[in-house]
Amino acid sequence: MSSQALSQNKERFELNLGPQHPATHGVLRVKLLMDGEYIVNAEPVLGYIHRMHELMGENRTWAQYLPNMGRLDYLSALSYNLGYVELVEKMAGIEVPERAEYIRVITTELNRISSHLLWFGAFVLDLGGFTPLLYAFDDREQILDLLEAVTGARLTYCYFRFGGCYNDVEDNFLSGTLAFIKRLRSRMPMYHNLVTKNVILMQRLEGVGPISAEMCRKYGATGPVLRGSGVNYDVRKNEPYSIYPEIDFDVPVYHECDSMARYNVRMDEIDQCMRIIEQAIAKIPEGPVMAEKVPKMIKPEPGDYYHTVEAARGSFGIRAVSDGKNQAYRMKLRSPTFSNLSLYQEASKGMLLADALALMGSLDLVIPEIDR
Amino acid sequence: MDLGINVVEMVIYLVGIIAFAAGNAAYLVWVERKGAAHIQRRTGPKEVGPFGLLQPLADGAKLMSKQIIFPDGVDKPLFMLAPLLAMVPAIMIFVTIPFSETLVARDINIGLLMIFAFASVNILALLIGGWASRNKYAVISAARAVSQNVAYEIPMLVITITIVLITGSMNLREIVASQAGPFWHWNILPTNGNFLGPITFIMFFICSLAETNRAPFDLGEAESELIAGFHTEYSSMGFGLFFMGEYANIVIGAALTTILFLGGWYSPFPETIPYLGTAGAWWFLVKMYLLIWTVVLIRWTYPRVTLWSLLNLSWKILIPFSLLNLLASAGLVKFLG
Amino acid sequence: MNKLNVIDELKALAAEGMPAAPEVAPVAPPAPEGEEGAAPKKAAPPAPRKNGLLEVVYAVKGVHVDVQVAVDQVVRAAQIIDGAGMTLEAITGVDWITDKELEVVYDYSFTGGECFRVVVRTRIPRDQPNIPTISKVFPGANWHERETFDFFGINFEGHPQLEYLLLPEDCDFHPLLKDFKGC
Repeated sequence: MSSQALSQNKERFELNLGPQHPATHGVLRVKLLMDGEYIVNAEPVLGYIHRMHELMGENRTWAQYLPNMGRLDYLSALSYNLGYVELVEKMAGIEVPERAEYIRVITTELNRISSHLLWFGAFVLDLGGFTPLLYAFDDREQILDLLEAVTGARLTYCYFRFGGCYNDVEDNFLSGTLAFIKRLRSRMPMYHNLVTKNVILMQRLEGVGPISAEMCRKYGATGPVLRGSGVNYDVRKNEPYSIYPEIDFDVPVYHECDSMARYNVRMDEIDQCMRIIEQAIAKIPEGPVMAEKVPKMIKPEPGDYYHTVEAARGSFGIRAVSDGKNQAYRMKLRSPTFSNLSLYQEASKGMLLADALALMGSLDLVIPEIDR
Repeated sequence: MDLGINVVEMVIYLVGIIAFAAGNAAYLVWVERKGAAHIQRRTGPKEVGPFGLLQPLADGAKLMSKQIIFPDGVDKPLFMLAPLLAMVPAIMIFVTIPFSETLVARDINIGLLMIFAFASVNILALLIGGWASRNKYAVISAARAVSQNVAYEIPMLVITITIVLITGSMNLREIVASQAGPFWHWNILPTNGNFLGPITFIMFFICSLAETNRAPFDLGEAESELIAGFHTEYSSMGFGLFFMGEYANIVIGAALTTILFLGGWYSPFPETIPYLGTAGAWWFLVKMYLLIWTVVLIRWTYPRVTLWSLLNLSWKILIPFSLLNLLASAGLVKFLG
Repeated sequence: MNKLNVIDELKALAAEGMPAAPEVAPVAPPAPEGEEGAAPKKAAPPAPRKNGLLEVVYAVKGVHVDVQVAVDQVVRAAQIIDGAGMTLEAITGVDWITDKELEVVYDYSFTGGECFRVVVRTRIPRDQPNIPTISKVFPGANWHERETFDFFGINFEGHPQLEYLLLPEDCDFHPLLKDFKGC
């Protein structure tokens, strides 16, 4: 409906979507001003799971803060682990053995697949299709089992250490990962046949929730949201870190700017993650997984440092200010979904409630990461 | 038709119908849960009784033992009326449904009309329930349900008129009787003389899905948008009755489709085949449950459509096509029949 | 996007801002402009940094250009950066309690091609934490500024809706201030 038609109708009502609502996947609240089924204004209200991680960063040592990184985005915790340890390694000048870098990439990409799979299921659930969720969980379960064997945790990982990884992976992890990739490869066509090519799904996603590249830029959106708007930006390519420069993978970009484009980006990313893992497993060298000289007490040079990694939802940046002590003076966590969600108010204007929820699903929100 | 009131017969039919409706509602929930579970590679209910067969009883006992919660500001009489309105008309409809040549509670001349009269009360239940709940989600849901039902009642009636034109009767028993014989005599197939049969059937089936608020047209209770829609605020048997009403409506939709298109109690095989060729209520039930199973399969396969595309489907496609279909069928009846 | 243009414009802007901030001038020479190579360690706690632009080592700092401007120049800086097609990553604050100053840090990056990160920072007195909003330039700054207001109590003048975002709407503290003692 045009904004003019919206403004003529005076019969509006407010609708509180959340903090407990099936579509918000967590404790997000959206204050909706509705005109019948149309949204006049949607204002997200945050903070229901705010835990002040940034303050915790200021009164814990660098190492003590590591477990916090598993509790921001509980679906792709390893990306956050990676971002943090790389930042501290950069600050303290710690060299990481090559095998550890490969293990980091393999586990992080596995975690990214599991995050995208869960998003896939939950997104179709938002659209009213219940069954794909269970199939996606089935596959995700395999990843969790693999990662559990290596990291000891299923969700809130704290596996990387400054200078390497907590422990070495076993050969059966690598072979298990390859077996899993083989299995997932064989299941991806099923997902595409049953879900991607579903007429109702296409009808619900194509052309719905347009987010232009310019809007992404103005709001600082990154990750699959940005790539679904036709911008080829992936931190792994644009600011390569770890061993990504040595690995051949593509960045899926779609130019349609709609929810379907964001859906396709994530589905294609699963394929690319599998390519990355396969190459990493083929190339993984023997050797230690921890650097030999890691200071017990890390005291970086005073100054401020910034580091960005590509998490499953966009670029996750950490700005750490050090004053030379073994604690951070200031720890700023730049969470991707915070920025991605901030464009929701503008993007959802004049949309149908059902479409607006499809748009919200396509942003792939993880509330603890937004609220931090 | 015998109009003399036979009290014993009446009581038997009453008990039978209520038992049939309630039993079906209860066990369809089990079928749906078990079916959904197997579609989704789970096991579904399995703890209560063998294969979880006693699960519906446990569910019922749980629902009945719960407190009925009246949220602040609800319109109490209407709030309590709505679940009854959802269940009672559904039971009333069973009165006219002929399960076999003889197994019918009341063989009424205008059975079809009566079914539609009672079926439209169902909308009222959703509307009243949604409105009386004093919940914005419920109100949105009620508005959706009403626009959806109004939109789909039209093509459904037009299609039914097509069938009435072809068979020349509004008596359900006679409609079935006109399809007597193996499957090529049924209204669904063009071999019955009406080459539009399959299209008519598909349109009717879509309409019946939409009329019973089933996925992918379950906009009234779109759980990812409206939490639980019109029955968000209902607890205990208030919710239970809505639930049972929904399943009773599915049974009615399937039974009506069986009667109108699938030859009711007639066997799909020629009568010359022993056992299999015998007509009877079992064939009716087989066809009905197959249709219900299709409905369950559809629900667990497709995502939900949006309200606009749902209404577009009705107003822009189904209504014009059903009208054309009616005209064409009338012409066929006039010039060929 | 032309990197060098952005650097030049920001450099000119920061130099312009030099006289505007005389209160932070203990002894240092005018502008530490154009230093290249190894990042000049600015020894954060002891001596507050002068306004000006530094091209720092990306591999160490994670940014390419680090520019400190005067308070009233942040909007102009945002406009320059916006004009170059860059995006806002985050806004945050740092409480330099010993200097009695708050630092507001803007992280910008370029998503349209080769990586280019700019950090713009400014310092405001702790007892008068007022700074103009850049949410007119970058609508995405809206939430970032609200978050900074939550944590530091920094007043973004002209902000359309400066309310608590992450903290409860009735709270009366700013947890990232260094004199915050818990609540």
